[in-house]
Amino acid sequence: MVRLQAEPFDAGALLSAFSEGRRETGAVVSFTGIARAEAGSVETLELEAYPGFTDTAIEAMAAEAMARFSLQDVLVVHRTGRIGPGEPIVFVATAAAHRREAFQAADRLMDYLKSRAPFWKKSHGPDGARWIEPRAEDYEDAARWDAPPEQPR
Amino acid sequence: MARVLLFGRLRDVAGWRERELVDPAPASLSALRAALTAEDAALGEALAGPGVQAAVDKAVVRGDVGLGPGSEVAFLPPMSGG
Repeated sequence: MVRLQAEPFDAGALLSAFSEGRRETGAVVSFTGIARAEAGSVETLELEAYPGFTDTAIEAMAAEAMARFSLQDVLVVHRTGRIGPGEPIVFVATAAAHRREAFQAADRLMDYLKSRAPFWKKSHGPDGARWIEPRAEDYEDAARWDAPPEQPR
Repeated sequence: MARVLLFGRLRDVAGWRERELVDPAPASLSALRAALTAEDAALGEALAGPGVQAAVDKAVVRGDVGLGPGSEVAFLPPMSGG
């Protein structure tokens, strides 16, 4: 399930709700991304989404992760609008029978969200505002999942 | 009529985020681009810039496509990720 919302969220409450009543789930992995202050250079992040487009794209990636990593469930909550340093910006949780798939799926989803998800991000700081594009590392992280999986040695 | 949406830095260039083009209603994406460029050359240049994609009714399109009544056209600069 994918949710875009302007309101702040409580990552602990999301994780508790996601984990409840899972008798056949051996592993739940969650990741919470938090907006950084970057030593005072970022006062606010402004995140723009295209409703009906952004959520559809993330849904497709979540469905791919479900199939690829044999997940039982997945949750992505992403904030939009203005976000202050220290506030959670993204939450991903994955549920699987075993830990490896749950870890990998959460890692893969975050690499996608940080590099290719349809958001536009503007940073507001004391020196003005600027639009941000992904860092080279973000693209490289995402590309790891495009290569055929490494054979176990 | 076509609804036009601009995202990211495109809305800063244009000074607007959303508009409806009623008269004349552009019959194609290329006609819409031409109309926008004719009234705002800086926006036209930004729309033709590297990595700017167009979506019609929330699906990315390549090349030119026809627009119908009520089409929604969005111009999407390179996506930043979340």
